[in-house]
Amino acid sequence: MAVLNVNPTRMELTNLKRKLVTARRGHKLLKDKRDELMRRFLELVRENKALRLEVEAGIKQANLHMAIARSVMSDEALDVALMMPSQRMDVEVTEKNIMSVIVPQFEAKLKAARDGEIYSYGYAFTSCDLDDAVKALSDIMPDLLRLAEIEKTCQLLAAEIEKTRRRVNALEHVMIPQYEETIKYITMKLDENERSATTRLMKIKDMMLEQAHHYQ
Amino acid sequence: MRYMYKIAAMGDKDSIYGFASIGLEIFPADEPREAARLLRRLSEEKYAAVFLTEALAAQMGTELDRYREKAVPAVILIPGVSGNTGEGLRSISRSVEQAVGSDILK
Repeated sequence: MAVLNVNPTRMELTNLKRKLVTARRGHKLLKDKRDELMRRFLELVRENKALRLEVEAGIKQANLHMAIARSVMSDEALDVALMMPSQRMDVEVTEKNIMSVIVPQFEAKLKAARDGEIYSYGYAFTSCDLDDAVKALSDIMPDLLRLAEIEKTCQLLAAEIEKTRRRVNALEHVMIPQYEETIKYITMKLDENERSATTRLMKIKDMMLEQAHHYQ
Repeated sequence: MRYMYKIAAMGDKDSIYGFASIGLEIFPADEPREAARLLRRLSEEKYAAVFLTEALAAQMGTELDRYREKAVPAVILIPGVSGNTGEGLRSISRSVEQAVGSDILK
């Protein structure tokens, strides 16, 4: 690992030591963050998968009924039946903080013309398969919304985990070894300077004594 | 912070028609370019979730990746009338791969 390009001085050494302490602490914290994010993520993603299978089965069912309804009724009649919905679905979005990842929480606010009325048409000109299709969709709607919430959360968490993992790796395999090596290099250099200063002094002392007293 | 958002459904008309009846706003779209434009518009308005048919999503390629890291809208794939392509499950696998490094839920 390359040694940083710094002057081997005592001041640099102190600075580097301080940086190393910070890097180690950051590394430990980020590692903890990654582990906890990963735990939450795995929990959610399992739920996500189960929920998705459930919802897809529900939609398949609804589509089946819809296909039959379409074959029985004319396109115009179907248009008329469905184009004016009797309810409106709004979502209230609140934010939730998972390990400083902001994830949305959805809560459905259903505005219906009449309570519990999911059919937007009279029964006279429509097929009962259309009723089944609408009912099936209406039944899976809460799950569908929950799926949207969880799937979004999983995507956001996955992105954050990837980022955190990179940071942890960069600290662990690049920054910290670099600091350690540089600190070692500066320490060696300073020690070496000190030794050379001592020997120089000893040599000068010998020379001066020889000059003054002709000591050998 | 609390806002009221709407939900949209996009895809071929037959697949999403039913959603109109339960109060979602439907945007029929068959052409991927047109769908991409529509999706961009929806993402700037107040839509919490956009349900998109797998068939349409498959044609849109990387366009959907730009919504993965935004908080809203959540772009969720649903199977259309033409059947389940498994694209929705693959999108979960992609998240797992991104987070863990390999798909461990297989």
